[in-house]
Amino acid sequence: MKLITHNMLTSNIIKGVTKGFPLKIVAPTDKVQIVEVDFNPEFTSRMMHKLDYDALYTAAETLGHSEGLPKEVVPDFETNEEFLKKVHHVLMQIEVQEGELVCPETGRAFPIHNGIPNMLLKEDEV
Amino acid sequence: MNTLGQLEFPTPDFSHLIRADFDVIYEPAEDTFLLLDALESERQGLKKVSPLICLEVGSGSGVVSSFLATLLPHTCALFTTDINPVASSKTAATGNQNKVILNAVVGDLVYPFFHRLKENIDILIFNPPYVVTPPEEVGSNSIEASWAGGDNGRVVMDRLFPLVNDMLSDEGVFYLVVIKENNPEEIQTMMKSQGFDMQTLLTRRSGPELLSVLKFARSSDKL
Repeated sequence: MKLITHNMLTSNIIKGVTKGFPLKIVAPTDKVQIVEVDFNPEFTSRMMHKLDYDALYTAAETLGHSEGLPKEVVPDFETNEEFLKKVHHVLMQIEVQEGELVCPETGRAFPIHNGIPNMLLKEDEV
Repeated sequence: MNTLGQLEFPTPDFSHLIRADFDVIYEPAEDTFLLLDALESERQGLKKVSPLICLEVGSGSGVVSSFLATLLPHTCALFTTDINPVASSKTAATGNQNKVILNAVVGDLVYPFFHRLKENIDILIFNPPYVVTPPEEVGSNSIEASWAGGDNGRVVMDRLFPLVNDMLSDEGVFYLVVIKENNPEEIQTMMKSQGFDMQTLLTRRSGPELLSVLKFARSSDKL
Protein backbone atom coordinates (compact mmCIF):
# COMPACT_ATOMS: atom_id res chain seq x y z
CA MET A 1 0.00 0.00 0.00
CA LYS A 2 1.42 3.35 -1.05
CA LEU A 3 0.61 6.48 0.89
CA ILE A 4 -1.33 7.81 -2.12
CA THR A 5 -3.81 5.00 -1.43
CA HIS A 6 -3.81 5.61 2.31
CA ASN A 7 -4.61 9.26 1.61
CA MET A 8 -7.81 8.23 -0.17
CA LEU A 9 -9.14 5.55 2.22
CA THR A 10 -11.63 6.11 5.00
CA SER A 11 -13.53 3.93 7.45
CA ASN A 12 -16.69 5.99 7.00
CA ILE A 13 -18.26 2.80 5.65
CA ILE A 14 -18.59 1.60 9.23
CA LYS A 15 -22.08 2.21 10.59
CA GLY A 16 -22.15 5.39 12.62
CA VAL A 17 -18.66 6.57 11.80
CA THR A 18 -18.42 10.18 10.68
CA LYS A 19 -14.70 10.84 11.13
CA GLY A 20 -13.08 7.84 9.52
CA PHE A 21 -10.04 9.71 8.18
CA PRO A 22 -7.15 9.54 8.31
CA LEU A 23 -6.71 5.90 9.21
CA LYS A 24 -3.81 5.28 11.55
CA ILE A 25 -1.11 3.11 10.02
CA VAL A 26 0.41 0.41 12.21
CA ALA A 27 3.27 -1.43 10.55
CA PRO A 28 6.47 -3.11 11.69
CA THR A 29 9.54 -1.29 10.36
CA ASP A 30 10.74 -4.30 8.40
CA LYS A 31 7.43 -4.46 6.56
CA VAL A 32 7.82 -0.98 5.12
CA GLN A 33 9.81 -0.78 1.88
CA ILE A 34 11.11 1.97 -0.33
CA VAL A 35 10.70 1.39 -4.05
CA GLU A 36 11.78 3.52 -6.97
CA VAL A 37 9.05 5.17 -8.99
CA ASP A 38 9.68 7.62 -11.85
CA PHE A 39 9.09 11.20 -10.76
CA ASN A 40 6.47 13.04 -12.78
CA PRO A 41 6.28 16.66 -11.62
CA GLU A 42 3.02 17.39 -13.45
CA PHE A 43 1.27 14.41 -11.92
CA THR A 44 2.57 15.22 -8.44
CA SER A 45 1.58 18.86 -8.80
CA ARG A 46 -1.94 17.96 -9.91
CA MET A 47 -2.31 15.37 -7.12
CA MET A 48 -1.34 18.02 -4.57
CA HIS A 49 -4.79 19.54 -5.10
CA LYS A 50 -6.45 16.27 -4.14
CA LEU A 51 -4.26 15.25 -1.22
CA ASP A 52 -4.86 15.80 2.45
CA TYR A 53 -1.33 16.99 3.08
CA ASP A 54 -1.50 16.74 6.87
CA ALA A 55 -2.59 13.12 6.59
CA LEU A 56 0.28 12.46 4.17
CA TYR A 57 2.82 14.06 6.47
CA THR A 58 1.54 12.20 9.54
CA ALA A 59 1.54 8.90 7.70
CA ALA A 60 5.11 9.40 6.50
CA GLU A 61 6.17 10.43 9.98
CA THR A 62 4.48 7.38 11.56
CA LEU A 63 6.47 5.19 9.20
CA GLY A 64 9.69 7.00 9.97
CA HIS A 65 10.09 8.33 6.44
CA SER A 66 9.16 11.98 6.75
CA GLU A 67 12.67 13.39 6.82
CA GLY A 68 13.06 16.30 4.45
CA LEU A 69 9.31 16.64 3.91
CA PRO A 70 8.09 20.04 5.06
CA LYS A 71 5.32 19.92 7.65
CA GLU A 72 3.43 22.58 5.73
CA VAL A 73 2.78 22.92 2.03
CA VAL A 74 5.10 25.51 0.48
CA PRO A 75 3.36 28.47 -1.21
CA ASP A 76 4.85 27.78 -4.66
CA PHE A 77 4.16 24.04 -4.49
CA GLU A 78 2.82 23.82 -8.05
CA THR A 79 6.20 24.62 -9.59
CA ASN A 80 8.67 23.93 -6.78
CA GLU A 81 10.30 20.76 -8.10
CA GLU A 82 12.40 20.22 -5.02
CA PHE A 83 9.26 20.16 -2.91
CA LEU A 84 7.36 18.03 -5.42
CA LYS A 85 10.20 15.49 -5.45
CA LYS A 86 9.89 15.13 -1.68
CA VAL A 87 6.12 14.72 -1.97
CA HIS A 88 6.64 12.16 -4.75
CA HIS A 89 8.94 10.17 -2.48
CA VAL A 90 6.47 9.80 0.37
CA LEU A 91 3.44 9.53 -1.87
CA MET A 92 4.67 6.91 -4.32
CA GLN A 93 7.89 5.34 -3.05
CA ILE A 94 6.96 4.19 0.45
CA GLU A 95 5.12 0.86 0.52
CA VAL A 96 3.58 -0.84 3.52
CA GLN A 97 3.58 -4.62 2.94
CA GLU A 98 2.07 -5.83 6.22
CA GLY A 99 0.26 -4.01 8.97
CA GLU A 100 -3.06 -2.45 9.83
CA LEU A 101 -5.14 0.63 9.13
CA VAL A 102 -7.00 1.67 12.26
CA CYS A 103 -10.25 3.61 12.30
CA PRO A 104 -9.67 6.79 14.34
CA GLU A 105 -13.20 6.70 15.72
CA THR A 106 -13.82 3.03 16.56
CA GLY A 107 -10.35 1.49 16.66
CA ARG A 108 -11.46 -1.13 14.15
CA ALA A 109 -8.36 -2.48 12.40
CA PHE A 110 -8.27 -3.23 8.69
CA PRO A 111 -5.44 -5.60 7.78
CA ILE A 112 -2.81 -4.85 5.15
CA HIS A 113 -1.48 -8.05 3.63
CA ASN A 114 0.95 -8.34 0.73
CA GLY A 115 0.71 -4.60 0.32
CA ILE A 116 -3.08 -4.64 -0.05
CA PRO A 117 -5.48 -3.19 2.51
CA ASN A 118 -8.65 -5.18 3.15
CA MET A 119 -11.49 -2.74 3.77
CA LEU A 120 -14.29 -5.32 3.81
CA LEU A 121 -16.67 -5.14 6.73
CA LYS A 122 -18.71 -7.83 8.41
CA GLU A 123 -22.49 -7.61 7.91
CA ASP A 124 -23.13 -6.16 11.36
CA GLU A 125 -20.60 -3.36 10.86
CA VAL A 126 -22.23 -1.80 7.82
CA MET B 1 -8.17 -0.61 -33.44
CA ASN B 2 -6.57 -0.97 -36.85
CA THR B 3 -8.37 -2.33 -39.91
CA LEU B 4 -7.52 -5.91 -38.97
CA GLY B 5 -9.48 -5.44 -35.73
CA GLN B 6 -6.35 -5.72 -33.64
CA LEU B 7 -5.59 -3.58 -30.65
CA GLU B 8 -2.91 -1.01 -31.44
CA PHE B 9 -1.92 -1.22 -27.81
CA PRO B 10 -0.94 -4.71 -26.72
CA THR B 11 -3.22 -6.72 -24.45
CA PRO B 12 -1.68 -6.68 -21.00
CA ASP B 13 0.56 -9.59 -20.17
CA PHE B 14 -1.14 -11.94 -17.75
CA SER B 15 1.19 -14.89 -18.29
CA HIS B 16 2.05 -14.78 -14.59
CA LEU B 17 -1.47 -16.02 -13.80
CA ILE B 18 -1.87 -19.80 -13.79
CA ARG B 19 -4.79 -22.13 -14.41
CA ALA B 20 -5.37 -22.54 -10.66
CA ASP B 21 -5.75 -18.76 -10.29
CA PHE B 22 -8.76 -18.89 -12.60
CA ASP B 23 -10.55 -21.23 -10.20
CA VAL B 24 -10.70 -18.24 -7.88
CA ILE B 25 -10.62 -15.13 -10.07
CA TYR B 26 -12.23 -14.29 -13.41
CA GLU B 27 -10.19 -15.32 -16.44
CA PRO B 28 -10.14 -12.56 -19.09
CA ALA B 29 -12.76 -13.43 -21.68
CA GLU B 30 -14.76 -11.84 -24.49
CA ASP B 31 -16.32 -9.27 -22.18
CA THR B 32 -12.86 -8.24 -20.96
CA PHE B 33 -11.50 -7.86 -24.48
CA LEU B 34 -14.59 -5.96 -25.61
CA LEU B 35 -13.98 -3.49 -22.81
CA LEU B 36 -10.32 -3.16 -23.83
CA ASP B 37 -11.39 -2.44 -27.42
CA ALA B 38 -13.86 0.18 -26.20
CA LEU B 39 -11.29 1.89 -23.98
CA GLU B 40 -8.78 1.97 -26.80
CA SER B 41 -11.35 3.61 -29.06
CA GLU B 42 -11.85 6.26 -26.35
CA ARG B 43 -8.18 7.06 -25.96
CA GLN B 44 -8.00 10.36 -27.85
CA GLY B 45 -11.06 11.75 -26.08
CA LEU B 46 -9.75 10.64 -22.70
CA LYS B 47 -6.32 12.16 -23.27
CA LYS B 48 -8.00 15.49 -24.06
CA VAL B 49 -9.66 15.68 -20.64
CA SER B 50 -6.42 14.72 -18.89
CA PRO B 51 -7.84 12.29 -16.35
CA LEU B 52 -6.09 12.33 -12.99
CA ILE B 53 -7.99 9.80 -10.90
CA CYS B 54 -9.35 6.48 -12.20
CA LEU B 55 -11.18 3.77 -10.30
CA GLU B 56 -12.02 0.27 -11.46
CA VAL B 57 -14.60 -1.62 -9.41
CA GLY B 58 -14.26 -5.39 -9.60
CA SER B 59 -10.78 -5.41 -11.10
CA GLY B 60 -10.45 -9.22 -11.20
CA SER B 61 -7.19 -10.15 -12.90
CA GLY B 62 -6.24 -6.49 -13.27
CA VAL B 63 -6.04 -6.67 -17.04
CA VAL B 64 -8.45 -3.78 -17.70
CA SER B 65 -6.77 -1.30 -15.36
CA SER B 66 -3.33 -2.34 -16.60
CA PHE B 67 -4.51 -1.62 -20.11
CA LEU B 68 -5.93 1.75 -19.10
CA ALA B 69 -2.59 2.60 -17.50
CA THR B 70 -0.77 1.88 -20.76
CA LEU B 71 -3.28 4.01 -22.71
CA LEU B 72 -2.79 6.96 -20.38
CA PRO B 73 0.77 6.70 -19.10
CA HIS B 74 1.86 8.79 -16.14
CA THR B 75 -1.17 11.04 -16.06
CA CYS B 76 -3.53 9.01 -13.89
CA ALA B 77 -3.60 7.57 -10.41
CA LEU B 78 -5.33 4.22 -10.81
CA PHE B 79 -7.21 2.73 -7.89
CA THR B 80 -8.95 -0.63 -7.96
CA THR B 81 -11.33 -2.49 -5.69
CA ASP B 82 -12.49 -6.08 -5.63
CA ILE B 83 -14.55 -7.96 -3.10
CA ASN B 84 -12.34 -11.01 -3.67
CA PRO B 85 -8.99 -10.65 -1.85
CA VAL B 86 -7.26 -12.94 -4.34
CA ALA B 87 -8.43 -10.74 -7.20
CA SER B 88 -6.98 -7.61 -5.60
CA SER B 89 -3.71 -9.42 -5.06
CA LYS B 90 -3.62 -10.60 -8.68
CA THR B 91 -4.57 -7.11 -9.85
CA ALA B 92 -1.49 -5.69 -8.15
CA ALA B 93 0.63 -8.50 -9.61
CA THR B 94 -0.69 -7.83 -13.12
CA GLY B 95 0.16 -4.17 -12.66
CA ASN B 96 3.73 -5.13 -11.75
CA GLN B 97 3.95 -7.56 -14.66
CA ASN B 98 3.02 -4.73 -17.03
CA LYS B 99 5.16 -2.14 -15.25
CA VAL B 100 2.23 0.01 -14.25
CA ILE B 101 1.08 1.08 -10.80
CA LEU B 102 -2.31 -0.23 -9.76
CA ASN B 103 -3.31 0.81 -6.26
CA ALA B 104 -5.38 -2.22 -5.33
CA VAL B 105 -7.66 -2.50 -2.33
CA VAL B 106 -10.01 -5.25 -1.16
CA GLY B 107 -13.41 -3.66 -0.75
CA ASP B 108 -17.06 -3.42 -1.69
CA LEU B 109 -17.79 -1.31 -4.80
CA VAL B 110 -16.43 2.23 -4.23
CA TYR B 111 -16.99 2.40 -0.49
CA PRO B 112 -13.40 2.42 0.79
CA PHE B 113 -12.73 5.46 -1.43
CA PHE B 114 -16.15 7.10 -1.38
CA HIS B 115 -15.60 9.99 0.99
CA ARG B 116 -12.19 11.03 -0.30
CA LEU B 117 -12.68 10.49 -4.04
CA LYS B 118 -16.22 11.91 -4.19
CA GLU B 119 -16.58 14.29 -7.18
CA ASN B 120 -13.01 13.50 -8.20
CA ILE B 121 -13.18 10.34 -10.27
CA ASP B 122 -12.41 11.08 -13.91
CA ILE B 123 -12.77 7.51 -15.17
CA LEU B 124 -14.93 4.90 -13.42
CA ILE B 125 -14.97 1.38 -14.85
CA PHE B 126 -17.08 -1.63 -13.92
CA ASN B 127 -17.24 -4.99 -15.69
CA PRO B 128 -19.83 -6.31 -13.27
CA PRO B 129 -21.12 -9.74 -12.41
CA TYR B 130 -23.85 -9.50 -15.03
CA VAL B 131 -25.05 -13.10 -15.38
CA VAL B 132 -28.68 -13.78 -14.52
CA THR B 133 -28.62 -16.17 -11.56
CA PRO B 134 -30.81 -17.20 -8.64
CA PRO B 135 -30.61 -14.53 -5.92
CA GLU B 136 -28.86 -16.80 -3.44
CA GLU B 137 -25.78 -17.01 -5.69
CA VAL B 138 -25.07 -13.32 -5.12
CA GLY B 139 -22.91 -12.30 -2.17
CA SER B 140 -19.91 -14.57 -2.32
CA ASN B 141 -16.43 -13.14 -2.29
CA SER B 142 -14.84 -15.79 -4.44
CA ILE B 143 -15.22 -16.77 -8.10
CA GLU B 144 -19.06 -16.62 -8.09
CA ALA B 145 -18.80 -12.92 -7.25
CA SER B 146 -17.34 -12.41 -10.72
CA TRP B 147 -20.52 -13.49 -12.51
CA ALA B 148 -23.54 -13.85 -10.18
CA GLY B 149 -25.89 -10.96 -10.86
CA GLY B 150 -29.18 -12.30 -9.48
CA ASP B 151 -32.44 -11.07 -11.00
CA ASN B 152 -31.84 -9.74 -14.52
CA GLY B 153 -28.14 -9.92 -13.63
CA ARG B 154 -28.54 -6.45 -12.13
CA VAL B 155 -28.32 -6.91 -8.36
CA VAL B 156 -24.70 -5.83 -7.98
CA MET B 157 -24.50 -3.10 -10.64
CA ASP B 158 -27.76 -1.57 -9.33
CA ARG B 159 -25.90 -0.85 -6.08
CA LEU B 160 -23.31 1.23 -7.92
CA PHE B 161 -25.60 3.34 -10.12
CA PRO B 162 -26.89 5.62 -7.32
CA LEU B 163 -23.29 6.47 -6.37
CA VAL B 164 -22.03 7.44 -9.82
CA ASN B 165 -23.27 11.03 -9.73
CA ASP B 166 -21.49 11.65 -6.43
CA MET B 167 -18.27 9.92 -7.45
CA LEU B 168 -17.62 11.44 -10.87
CA SER B 169 -15.94 14.75 -11.54
CA ASP B 170 -17.69 17.22 -13.88
CA GLU B 171 -15.99 15.71 -16.92
CA GLY B 172 -15.93 12.22 -15.45
CA VAL B 173 -17.08 9.20 -17.42
CA PHE B 174 -18.35 5.77 -16.40
CA TYR B 175 -17.82 2.64 -18.50
CA LEU B 176 -20.01 -0.40 -17.85
CA VAL B 177 -20.21 -3.85 -19.47
CA VAL B 178 -23.68 -5.36 -19.76
CA ILE B 179 -25.56 -8.11 -21.54
CA LYS B 180 -28.98 -7.75 -23.17
CA GLU B 181 -30.71 -9.39 -20.17
CA ASN B 182 -29.52 -6.52 -17.94
CA ASN B 183 -31.94 -4.26 -19.84
CA PRO B 184 -29.62 -1.44 -20.93
CA GLU B 185 -32.59 0.78 -21.87
CA GLU B 186 -33.78 0.70 -18.29
CA ILE B 187 -30.27 1.55 -17.07
CA GLN B 188 -30.22 4.43 -19.56
CA THR B 189 -33.46 5.84 -18.09
CA MET B 190 -32.19 5.50 -14.52
CA MET B 191 -28.92 7.24 -15.32
CA LYS B 192 -30.66 9.93 -17.37
CA SER B 193 -32.69 10.92 -14.34
CA GLN B 194 -29.36 11.50 -12.57
CA GLY B 195 -28.13 13.74 -15.35
CA PHE B 196 -26.15 11.23 -17.43
CA ASP B 197 -26.34 10.50 -21.16
CA MET B 198 -25.61 6.96 -22.30
CA GLN B 199 -23.72 5.86 -25.39
CA THR B 200 -23.35 2.27 -26.55
CA LEU B 201 -19.70 2.12 -27.60
CA LEU B 202 -19.45 -1.46 -28.80
CA THR B 203 -21.69 -4.52 -29.06
CA ARG B 204 -20.55 -8.05 -29.67
CA ARG B 205 -22.09 -11.50 -29.50
CA SER B 206 -20.16 -14.10 -27.55
CA GLY B 207 -21.92 -17.47 -27.54
CA PRO B 208 -25.32 -16.90 -25.95
CA GLU B 209 -24.38 -13.46 -24.63
CA LEU B 210 -24.97 -10.18 -26.44
CA LEU B 211 -22.41 -7.93 -24.77
CA SER B 212 -22.26 -4.15 -24.83
CA VAL B 213 -19.92 -1.55 -23.43
CA LEU B 214 -21.90 1.46 -22.24
CA LYS B 215 -20.48 4.90 -21.57
CA PHE B 216 -22.11 7.44 -19.27
CA ALA B 217 -21.19 11.12 -19.24
CA ARG B 218 -22.93 14.13 -17.74
CA SER B 219 -25.56 15.65 -20.02
CA SER B 220 -24.20 18.96 -21.26
CA ASP B 221 -27.22 20.82 -19.96
CA LYS B 222 -26.52 19.53 -16.47
CA LEU B 223 -22.96 20.89 -16.19
